[in-house]
Formats: sequence, C-alpha cells, structure tokens
Amino acid sequence: MSTPGRSGLVFREPLLFESSRPGRSGVRIDDPDVPPVDPVRELGAGLVRDEIRDFPELSELDVVRHFTRLSQWNYGIDSGFFPLGSCTMKYNPRVNEAVARLPGLAAVHPASDESALQGVLALACELEEALAEISGLDRVTLQPAAGAQGEFVGVRMISAYHRARGDLARKRVLIPDTAHGTNPASAALNGLEVVEVKSGPDGIVHPEALAALADERTAALMITNPNTLGLFESHIEELSRVVHAAGGLVYLDGANMNALLGVAKPGHMGVDVMHFNLHKTFSTPHGGGGPGSGPVAIRNILAPYLPTPVIRLENGRHRLDSEFPHSIGRVHAWYGNAGIWLRALAYIRTLGASGLAEVSSRAILNANYVLESLRADYDVPHQRRVMHECVLSDRRQHEHGVTTADIAKRLMDYGYHPPTIYFPLVVSGAMMIEPTECESQEALDGFIEAMRAIAREAETQPGLVTGAPERPIVRRIDEVRAARKPRLRWTPEGA
Amino acid sequence: MLSRVGASSPDALLESVPAGLRSRAELKLSPALDERNLLRHFGARAAENRTVESGPSFLGAGAYHHFIPAAVDALASRGEFMTAYTPYQAEISQGTLQMIFEFQTLICQLTGMDVANASIYDGASSLAEAALMAARVTRRTRICVSAGLHPHWREVLRTYTEGIGLTLSTLDLDESGRTATRPLPADTAAVIVQSPNFFGCIEDLAEASEAAHAVGALAIAASAEALSLALLRPPGELGCDIACGEAQSFGLPLSFGGPYAGFLAAREKFVRQLPGRLIGESVDSIGQRAFVMTLTTREQHIRREKATSNICTNQGLCALRVAIWLAAVGKAGIRRLAGINLSLSTYARRACAEAGLALPFAAPVFNEFVVAVPDLPRKLDALAARGVQAGLPLAGRGAQARGDRLLVCTTEMNTRAEIDALVRGLAA
Repeated sequence: MSTPGRSGLVFREPLLFESSRPGRSGVRIDDPDVPPVDPVRELGAGLVRDEIRDFPELSELDVVRHFTRLSQWNYGIDSGFFPLGSCTMKYNPRVNEAVARLPGLAAVHPASDESALQGVLALACELEEALAEISGLDRVTLQPAAGAQGEFVGVRMISAYHRARGDLARKRVLIPDTAHGTNPASAALNGLEVVEVKSGPDGIVHPEALAALADERTAALMITNPNTLGLFESHIEELSRVVHAAGGLVYLDGANMNALLGVAKPGHMGVDVMHFNLHKTFSTPHGGGGPGSGPVAIRNILAPYLPTPVIRLENGRHRLDSEFPHSIGRVHAWYGNAGIWLRALAYIRTLGASGLAEVSSRAILNANYVLESLRADYDVPHQRRVMHECVLSDRRQHEHGVTTADIAKRLMDYGYHPPTIYFPLVVSGAMMIEPTECESQEALDGFIEAMRAIAREAETQPGLVTGAPERPIVRRIDEVRAARKPRLRWTPEGA
Repeated sequence: MLSRVGASSPDALLESVPAGLRSRAELKLSPALDERNLLRHFGARAAENRTVESGPSFLGAGAYHHFIPAAVDALASRGEFMTAYTPYQAEISQGTLQMIFEFQTLICQLTGMDVANASIYDGASSLAEAALMAARVTRRTRICVSAGLHPHWREVLRTYTEGIGLTLSTLDLDESGRTATRPLPADTAAVIVQSPNFFGCIEDLAEASEAAHAVGALAIAASAEALSLALLRPPGELGCDIACGEAQSFGLPLSFGGPYAGFLAAREKFVRQLPGRLIGESVDSIGQRAFVMTLTTREQHIRREKATSNICTNQGLCALRVAIWLAAVGKAGIRRLAGINLSLSTYARRACAEAGLALPFAAPVFNEFVVAVPDLPRKLDALAARGVQAGLPLAGRGAQARGDRLLVCTTEMNTRAEIDALVRGLAA
C-alpha cells in the first residue's frame, strides 16, 4: 500500500480526571491586595458549595502534554487533504489568527460605550459592505453565530415580512430534497411547515415542480445554489419568479458560496435573503465543530425586520441602533462572533476582488478534475457539469459488498479525510467531494490515486476495505453501544 | 488539468450558469493587502478602540475580564484542533471527541447536573434552547422569566420562542434584588432564574425550584458568570432541572462579544430532549475505549424538521479553550480565583458605602453589584477621560434601572488602587 505517510509513535492518554493527583495545580494565583473574605461568613453557609469533587488537579506540564497528545489524534486541514463536501475545508491563513488576537480587538468589552468601539464597528461595517457586494444584496447583519442561526434569522424575517403585510396564511416553506438538514429544522423552529420539492432526474429543481407547490400558503423557497450535488440550479431565475408570483420570498442557503465568488450574485438570481458561512467560504477555522459565523444579507424590503442592533454611521461616528419597532429582535447576546467575522474580513482584504474570483475559478476546476479522474472507477449519478463539488456513489463497489462507509474508512488508511458521506439523501451511498481551491494538482492526484486503489481493492480484496481503518489510533467504533447505554461523562464509579 | 476536464478555459466550466447571471464586472471591493499592510490596516482600527487592557475596566454584565494562562493560547492554536471538522469521522477525531467528553464532564461537575452537551453558541442561545426544551418536556407554553435575567438574553429568548407560540411572563424582583417566584401560573412550563442575576444578586435557586415543581414546571438556572459556580451551591444541588449559561469566563477573550461558549446541562431523564451535539463513550472493534457522537437521532442532520433544534455547529474551539483553562486552573485554583473575586467585590462595595454611595440591593453578590451614583453621566465622562471604564450605566435597561444606577464588576484583573480610584471618581 502506497500512502503519503507512515505510522509513528502516538501516545495513549487517559482522561483529565484519571491523571489527576491531589494537590497538583497548573496555575499559581497570588493573594490580591485587598483583605481576604471568608465566603461562608460573607454569603452564609447555605449559599456556598463544597469544593468541586473530582475536578482536575494537574500540573501545567500535565495539561500541556494532555492536550498535545489529544491533538495528535485529530486530522485537520493542516494535516492533509480534507475533501469534505459542502463544508469547504479550505486552508485557514494564519494572519487571520494574528488579526483576531490584536489586543485592540481581542480585549474589547462588548458593553463598552460606543466611543470605545469605533474601530471595531468600522471593521464590522467594512465587512457588511463587502458581503453585500459579493451577494448583490442591500444590507447585512453579522449577528448570527453560525449558518443555522443565520437560517433561523432569515426565515424569521420572512415571517415578519408576511405578518406586517397582513399575510397571515403563509406558513409553508418549500425546500428541495437536496437541502441540508438545517433548512427544514430552521423552518420548524419558526413554526412553519416544510414542503419538499423533488429535484428532477438531472439533479436540479425544475420550475414546473415548484409551480405545482407554490401558492398563497407559501412563505418562502429555501434553496441551496449550487445545490448539494454540486450542480448550479440553472433555472434559479425562473424558480424565483414562480415563488415571487405566488407572493413568497426566496431564501438562499449560502453554504456553497465558494462556487460563486465573482461568478454570479445571488441578488441577481431573485434571492431576497441569504446567509453566509464564514467558516466555509471565508476561511475561518472549523475548530472541530465551531465557532462559526453566519451573517445574513437581505434585500431592502426586509430591512425593517433586521435583528437588533444594527450599526449606523452618523456624522462620522458609528453607533449601535436598537430602536426599530419591526425588528425580529436579538439572536445573540452581543454582535455575533466578532473574533470570527474579523478573520473573514482579513481573508477578503487579503484576496480582493480578483483573488476571490480566482478562488471560485480554481475550486470549480479542482472539483471537475477530481470528478473526471474518478469517472472510470466510480458511479457518477448525475451527468451535468459540476461547480465546486461533485457527488459519486458506491453503486459499483456495492456488487462486491463494499459500501460508501467502507470506502470512507479505507481512505483514512491512505492518509486522507473522507468526503461527506450518505449526503445528499437523494443519492444512495453518496460521497460528496469538495477539494477547494487550496489544493495543488499533485495533492489532487494523490487523492485520486488512493480512490482508484480502493476501487481496485473493492474488487480484488474487499476485506481490506470492509475491515478499515487499521491505521488510526482506534478502529471502527461501536455506535450502537454508545447510543443504547449512553455514557456521556466520566464518573469515579464508572472508572 | 483543463484537458482532463475537457474544457478550453476555466470559464468554460461555467456552462450551467445562465449567461445572464454571469458577473461581467469584477466585485467592487477595496484593494487587496499583503500581510504587512493587512496588519497595519487592522492595527490602525484596533487602536481606535478602548479596551479592558488599555485602562482599568469595571465592565461585566455577561462578559468578564479574567486571567487566561499562556498555555490556553498555545494549546488551542494547535492546527490539529483548530483546522479539524465536526467529529463525524470518529476514528480520526478522537482528540476533539475526548476533549468534548471532558468538557461535558467539567460542565456537569460545575453545575451539579447529570448530562451536558458539547456546547452551544453562547449563553443567550443556551437559555433559549433550555426554554424550548422545557416546553417540549412539559407540553406547556408559558415561560416565567425573572426580571433579573440579562436583558439581551431576555430579548434572544423572545426571538426564539415567539415563532412557535410560547408566552413570556415576568417575575419581578423583590426589594433585596432577588426574584419573587411565587405565585406561578398553573400552566407554567418553566421558571427561568439567573444567578447571580443581571444586577449581581445571588438568587435563591432552591426556592425557585420548589415553586416551579409545585405547578409541574421545570426550573432553569442560568449563569452569565460561570466562575460563580466554583463558589456557590450549583443548580444541580438546588433542585433545578436544567442549567445553562455562558462559559466565557473560562479562557475566552472578550473579543467584542464573541465567539463565546454556551453550555447546557440537565438531569439524566431529559437527555433525549437536549439539543446539540453529545459525545459518548464506547469501544472500537478491538475493544479499545473510544469516543463518538451519539444520540444523533435528536439532531437536524438525521431528523430534519423533527429535530430538537436546528443547531449544527457547536463552539468546538471555544469548548477546547474552556477545557484547557479549567484543567490548568484546576480544583484548588478555581475555588481560589472565585474567592478572590468575592474579596474584591466585598472591598469595593464597602468602599462605595463608606464614600456615601448607596447600594440599592441588600442581597449577597459574587463579583458584580449595583451602586447608585448621583450625577452619574458627568462622573462616567470624567472617569472615561482618565481611561477608566467605570461599569455599565443601567439607564434604560429594565424596571430596576434608574438613571443613577451603575453596574460594577470587579475581577482578579482589578487592583485595590484601581478600585480606590473608581470609588473616588464616583463619589466626587
């Protein structure tokens, strides 16, 4: 087996609580220069707890080794190729980290007087304007903490818009069958009903299918473009017309914006509101599952409903305005995940217009290159030209008893992170591959070679694939046992 | 590459994008900056802000200036943590998975609860999700909310609950600054009490739990200052059903309000109603201990519109910082730090009283309190001119908020000299 790595020394590491030893401490904390207070005397015995039983007692070196070893069990973009479809695992430039850590930004208290916040508010406006330009829409809020919260905000604003017009019967959201699970969940969280729109055999939504569902009960269409098959919704203008004619609005899930930078603007497609995933398109770290940032861009018709506060520039001063009566209200305690949206602004400022256009151009070329290179070995369910990601299936490997899950696990042995698997749901055994613009041709060739090798193994030595992975620190995990007898925390009794 | 994909140019790959939609002009964006000029640009903007490091600060109100050991930044910056994805592929994500399992355990230990999720956006959304959870459990729609809840959290709660028809009722504060939790309407789904509350007062959570349970409602305890959990009897010991809050105090920079780390913990019997990710322990095919995302049938990627929440990401990297901070500070350190915060606030309150400033609430406090200051705006300006952020003026922030009231927070980052200067400025 040819792989881009070899096995090295990887340490076992117990839980924090298991390596804890009485009396150890990682941080020295000296007495303050005010008289010490006895908590029981000051607050009364009834309010004061005993010391926290079994809380960690570790030296600084213990802690550093613990988390260093844990980190070595992870696979990140920094480790290798990470073709996770619709997640846009692109390189996270380190200068963005340096920007977010500038003391003048990292030490800003969110409840400071506006006079203390002029710099950070100016940067927020700079990003809002850039995102408005990229989306072709009018206004942007940076408040949503993640894409799903952005969806919630967008749908909430759509509901507020219909309600303000006395249009109270619009309780349905039309969502294509290729959508992310967050879309229906966000609609439900707004008390709306989900109606699924079937995509056509070519993988995209056709106006006739939508027209049959759009009516006076329609609040909105929620659509992802390019969709999760990596296909551009070529009928998007007509789809928007159909929804608008029925009195509904168009929501765009911006998860796949990495295909559209400088290529096409959602605002020109009839989109009324969309969210961005800054941790996808704009290179902020995924962090093992967050934090994200999910700004929402809108057409002016939705401006009265923006979440409070919004930033306004008046007489050269920025201020936070919460005084508009039709707002849907706050969704975040402060103005979103500033440390994240600052990183995204750094990314946009680094690339500029031509750099961003180059991102999408290369991302699309890379996805098509991977697809065409694997066509001989894997089933390709849809034949249209893809944008920034492509979907394969395990149909041909299935004949040998090898599934998408097996292929994913075998990729780990070859040193790659697997693609997104079993999604979108419309393709049985889907493998959704998004190489991003960051990878060189050599890196793509290495992945392609591994995929081809696995396809050969599936035919000749399927046991190698179905028994994978063998090289990571653990083998396949018993998920049924984890769910049947949930053990969700360490306890001394269970140790 | 182009020949393999059968295209004459990268543009030729865009055949499925209708010509009318193709952008003809370049995006109108500011010119690109190299790394040196990028840092110069952001540095210039950063210099326009006043921060908690550029002068003494007594701001709290849900975002706290605490000490962060150097090890936190060093470890949390490791690329294997920072550039990993949500741990769907468990075999190559054991670092993130074990860390979150440890985070869940630490939150349970702090709150006295049985189960905790893998974190949630922030304290405000953790509270909103707790309320939605209580409504699902009780199948009722009225949420009784203490007037001592952080006003921004209250607004977020309203935004999250309005669309699905929940009603918010307010529980007023008594003269001491604590929530009056009786009588409660019989159709109450949940009672929400923040402790210490927005005005710094430590609440009687046992009383709130009893009042809630008497009408068949759940008791939700919210913590905006999680450090208080190291010193005060935790929600789990006081009969509460759900504990939620903000863990920013544990190693997260203030960063203009985010990213922070919300936490959500509950009694074991409610585990299947918890929103968000949960990490569980299991074994692999050769019997080794291994961690994996579990009970995922609650989640949106499986259940879609029937999920417990739409939440997808958690705050993984923030949860990591919290876990490192708690591990490094440790059992004795966190208790000591909480005690120091109490000593400083006690000193500051006495100094205010001795200077003739009124303390409107008699209830005990942790590290934050309200002081009444005659001619407050002028004094705030004078202190600001000396680089002091004196606290949060409460004018316009709820019923308890008269124009002369200031919310003051003291943490281990404040010195006696700073407090003395603050009190002189407020009394002047």
